[in-house]
Amino acid sequence: MSITYLEAIREAQAKLLRDDERVFIYGQDVGGTFGGAFKATKGLAKEFPGRVLNTPISEDAIVGTAIGAAMQGMRPIVEMQFADFSSIALNQILNNAGTHYWRTNVPVPITVRLPSGGTKGSGPFHSQSMESIYAHYPGLIVMTPATVEDAYTMLIDAVAIDDPVIYCEHKYLYYHLKADKLPTEGLPMGRARIARQGRDLTIVTYSAMLHEAIAVAEQLASEGFEIEVVDLRSVKPLDTNTVLASVARTGRLLCVGESFPWGGATAEVISRVAAEGFHLLDAAPQRLNAKDTPIPYHPNLWSTHRPNAKEIARKARALLRE
Amino acid sequence: MLQTAQRTAKSKTKKIAPPHERFLDAFRWMLLARTLEEKLVSLYRGGLITGGVYIGKGQEAVSVACGLFLQKDDIFAPLIRDQAGRSAFGEPLLDVTQTYLGSRQGPMRGRDGNIHRGRPQQNQLAMVSHLGAMISVTVGALMAKRFKGEKNFIGLACIGEGGMQTGSFHEGMNIAAVEQVPLVVVATNNHYAYSTPNDREFACHDLVDRAIGYGFEGYSVDGTDLSACLDVIGGAVKRARAGRPPQLVVASVLRLSGHGEHDDASYVTDDIKQEPFARDCLKVAEQMIIDLNLLDAETLAEWRKDAAAQVDEAIATAQKEAPPEGDKEDWCAVATRELVDSFE
Repeated sequence: MSITYLEAIREAQAKLLRDDERVFIYGQDVGGTFGGAFKATKGLAKEFPGRVLNTPISEDAIVGTAIGAAMQGMRPIVEMQFADFSSIALNQILNNAGTHYWRTNVPVPITVRLPSGGTKGSGPFHSQSMESIYAHYPGLIVMTPATVEDAYTMLIDAVAIDDPVIYCEHKYLYYHLKADKLPTEGLPMGRARIARQGRDLTIVTYSAMLHEAIAVAEQLASEGFEIEVVDLRSVKPLDTNTVLASVARTGRLLCVGESFPWGGATAEVISRVAAEGFHLLDAAPQRLNAKDTPIPYHPNLWSTHRPNAKEIARKARALLRE
Repeated sequence: MLQTAQRTAKSKTKKIAPPHERFLDAFRWMLLARTLEEKLVSLYRGGLITGGVYIGKGQEAVSVACGLFLQKDDIFAPLIRDQAGRSAFGEPLLDVTQTYLGSRQGPMRGRDGNIHRGRPQQNQLAMVSHLGAMISVTVGALMAKRFKGEKNFIGLACIGEGGMQTGSFHEGMNIAAVEQVPLVVVATNNHYAYSTPNDREFACHDLVDRAIGYGFEGYSVDGTDLSACLDVIGGAVKRARAGRPPQLVVASVLRLSGHGEHDDASYVTDDIKQEPFARDCLKVAEQMIIDLNLLDAETLAEWRKDAAAQVDEAIATAQKEAPPEGDKEDWCAVATRELVDSFE
């Protein structure tokens, strides 16, 4: 048996619907026989009647409705059709869900699934990675699974916890990534994972960039360098300890993220390592993000806009020479 | 003299309908709200309240009708000018004074202030400032009740004509009708969004016409007439409970204060103050009590005294309570303690 990242997300939702009557799925085109723009909910409306509901194109009201339902004891899963459109729901997510526990002591256990990141030809409005925006605001947990196993267990974790969770699932990984079977349990929430061990340089990354980083690490191994790759798994909370322990072994840090460069998850990692592990560094820490322009449509431009294996390798070699 | 005689003759010929059966009950909540808010204003003027004070003067009749017909399992989403409705729904006065005065023991514990308060566990939602946002939240709460198999519940969400112009309001109304939840939305047109008059807020003939566009049933009411508010809003609550489509009530009033107490409302024109909707609903109700002899003067004076005493006690209690302290605060915005992100 082989299961894709996308199938893992669907299986996790099926399990959640089966095991927990508080769960329902709410989003555009998720119901009926259609099962979502990416088929992440295919078959679920039929299997769980009345619990996988199509909505109008109203991102604000979709999340608002989920918030109200969560306050009354439900565990809604919202599917945004694309992460990009969650900008319409920013107010409900940041100002309502994100502040509610702090203000009232009543948690808002919603899970918002964001089909994130670039695939070629998708252009400026169907390619964005929004994790840094959500991580910037208080009151939210931001998950960025990079493997089939994490996609499955972290979605189950996301629904289980009392806080609002932004679950960033990468569209590029939907069909490209396969595993033999689904795990029964995952790493603890909020813990980063050493995806590859090494001693010369630490690459800290998450989501689809993990696979680019591992490809680079393998390429550089043939040149005699051992690269350690840290998969953050969640950008908030950020597992600073695992990152610092890795930098303590390697003395060099490169952070790679697909989102825009200004601020964000990669900047946060570098800031923390500089503040807490300056003495561990043998070279100035570096980062690599997408370019500071909207995401281009044409594949030739898109593949240059986002960080790619070639660019990561160039940055890594420069760091290793220092 | 002649003019006086004519006026008297006119008022004598005008048939006064018997008031709604809960008229006096409602009036008493209005009186309490007005007394409380006048006191909050003087505390603010005396520098004892930080931030702002936002009152519902002139909107008490509409507001009380929003809270009065709800049961404890109903969902209430009050907004900025709903003290009367909040009290009628069961909000203790102490919640108000603790929140305005920043007591650590209040429901908001100094973390949020003034009208941004609520007790979601008791179905009283805590509004955010972003207008329109609470409509869909109310819809979701009602869907949850339906999922859980509860019966006989409704939700009531308050909004103003200002909030009606947001995208969030539009999305919320539409999704309410799509989900066919038992919701009443009461929109009070107080003729100003902060300082902006109606003609720069919307261009439709009548806001209630929007009801049909959303799939709501729509009703209008004179918001200065308590009995009418009780009839119309009470009727909407009854219809929602009976399974009719969502209900929109648009009430017309004039805001008889600034947006907040920092605002002298100098932009409110003299002309608009002469409009019928500019009457003070509390005075109108009181006149009705006198005209119809619903209460004797002694009882009325007793009610006023009681309202003042309740307010004084709530203020005195909250003033004795300790404020929050920055270095003792639990600076944690998530409920899952093991997932707190730590910063050096």
